[in-house]
Amino acid sequence: MTALPATSEAGGARVPMGASLKPLLRLVVPAVFLVGAYAFMGPEQFVNALTRGAIYALIALGYTMVYGIIELINFAHGDMFMMGAFVSLTFLGQILGLTGSITDIARLAPLLVAAFFVSMIVMGAIGVTIERLAYKPLRGAPRLAPLITAIGVSFILQNIVMLKYGPFQTNSPKIFPSFDIVIGSAKIPALSVFIIVVALSMMVALQLFISRTRLGRAMRSTAADRDAAQLMGVNINRTIAITFLIGAALAGAAGVVNGLQYGVSRFDDGFQAGLKAFTAAVLGGIGNTVGAALGGFIIGFIEVGATVMGFSRWGPAIVFGVLVIVLVFRPSGLLGQQLGERA
Amino acid sequence: MTAPNTVATDVVLKLTNVHSYYGAIHALRGIDIEVPRGEIVTLIGANGAGKTTTLRTISGLIHPREGSVELNGKDISKTAAHELVVAGIGHAPEGRRIFSRLTIYENLLMGGFTRTKAENLEQVEHVYGLFPRLRERASQKGGTLSGGEQQMLAIGRALMTRPDVLLLDEPSLGLAPILVQQIFGIIREINSRGMTILLVEQNALQALSIANRGYVLQTGEVVLSGSSRDLRENEMVRKAYLGED
Ligand SMILES: Nc1ncnc2c1ncn2[C@@H]1O[C@H](COP(=O)(O)OP(=O)(O)O)[C@@H](O)[C@H]1O
Ligand SMILES: [Mg+2]
Repeated sequence: MTALPATSEAGGARVPMGASLKPLLRLVVPAVFLVGAYAFMGPEQFVNALTRGAIYALIALGYTMVYGIIELINFAHGDMFMMGAFVSLTFLGQILGLTGSITDIARLAPLLVAAFFVSMIVMGAIGVTIERLAYKPLRGAPRLAPLITAIGVSFILQNIVMLKYGPFQTNSPKIFPSFDIVIGSAKIPALSVFIIVVALSMMVALQLFISRTRLGRAMRSTAADRDAAQLMGVNINRTIAITFLIGAALAGAAGVVNGLQYGVSRFDDGFQAGLKAFTAAVLGGIGNTVGAALGGFIIGFIEVGATVMGFSRWGPAIVFGVLVIVLVFRPSGLLGQQLGERA
Repeated sequence: MTAPNTVATDVVLKLTNVHSYYGAIHALRGIDIEVPRGEIVTLIGANGAGKTTTLRTISGLIHPREGSVELNGKDISKTAAHELVVAGIGHAPEGRRIFSRLTIYENLLMGGFTRTKAENLEQVEHVYGLFPRLRERASQKGGTLSGGEQQMLAIGRALMTRPDVLLLDEPSLGLAPILVQQIFGIIREINSRGMTILLVEQNALQALSIANRGYVLQTGEVVLSGSSRDLRENEMVRKAYLGED
């Protein structure tokens, strides 16, 4: 588990309740849930839920990482996702002049790699710049100041995109060919499989980065106790910048995926998606990267599940309803482990 | 570790007219302190006198608005805290501030963040030699340790940075008398192996008993300084800090 660790005053030993039961539950509960969802929704909708969930999860990771390290709810993060989609459609559609699907895999593969690369790099750079200009100067200020600044940044990003692309939808080239992979009687879009594989790979890479690398250790220690981290020799300014870089790059990746899947983007797409991804982060336990990924998928399943039951209009209401219920019983989210409580 | 130096003028740490602030609060009002190599120097004074602020100013967690802090003759008053770890300052902060979610071993490795793996493997052995308890509980989470063990871990973690000077902020705070004895014994032991130590304490009697010299702080100013023996015999110190009247 990679919650960035939080420090707390602890005297005696803390014995976790049901220590032997917990790991088992962590496997059994999701397994039962997945099997149930599969039986209920059928394979197509099951994969659909995973695809949506993957996009929410990629965005949620940025919320949770930034909150974990500087306790800021970065309201502009949803707009970073939206901008990532616009970077991708600008690159593929306007710079490369692509319009439709590319069936030649030898051409498709490098284009996909390039789209992710460009969007993630550009968004990462924008994320670092925003942190430097808008949030860093407010590091010692009361919490409300950066929060309001984040809302301001959100407006700025939306308006920049609206000025350049107008208030209506812009087409994003769906370069990934639409064909299905047939498994028995189930037909699963190849694009969905691609998206799920890409998203899961990024999440696994992130986990490994956080838990195994020196920079990952710097991030975890900065999240737990900024002063103590500095006294270990951690450059916290750089560490915080890198956290923004990674979060924004993941939002950029989610933007690419969104363009491939839905084919259109609008300047205000970041609002709804950001809200749901933020919900995902809180649901999973904000500050906890595994929790954010889990929360993203849960929200994907809730939305698609609502549609399957014929309540598609109730999707958002059910999502937020579940959030309220979870927070009533588990205020720190499903996987808990709040970050940043300083000793 | 540096060998004790016999040259009297070899000063590791020198603060000259240091003024530090928390926003508008003027916490240090022109402090002068010298820490000679190989010695234990103690900083005593009541709650709120500015002891912690002095240590935080030395280790770069806050920067003085006026005055200079010199480490080995070089001005470090504007150097970032993480660079000072490399430069030779080890700081076991007030309240221990260990990483409660990490194991003891992982906490120690965090202390060696700026060091190589090989250096850390060697230094961990050195720290375990000083604190056998830490070795016994190496895989236990920091948060599950007792107060005394946490203090040992905080000191051990600071030693992992291989400092030229070790800053200790109230290591005896909140410990049972027997543990206080033990901690002071270890501080003396670390010093006898050549480590220069700046020790902040409210426990003035204990601190003066192991220190070579001391400074008495009051509302952000040094009001008295001298050899430990002189301070112990000083009328004002006896009244204010040694609980005599
Ligand atoms: N983070 C802070 N913000 C504002 N004032 C502070 C802060 N920390 C300490 N102070 C003030 O600075 C003065 C010195 O505090 P400190 O250095 O912690 O004293 P000591 O360690 O000797 O008890 C006190 O008046 C204290 O109230
Ligand atoms: Mg103090």
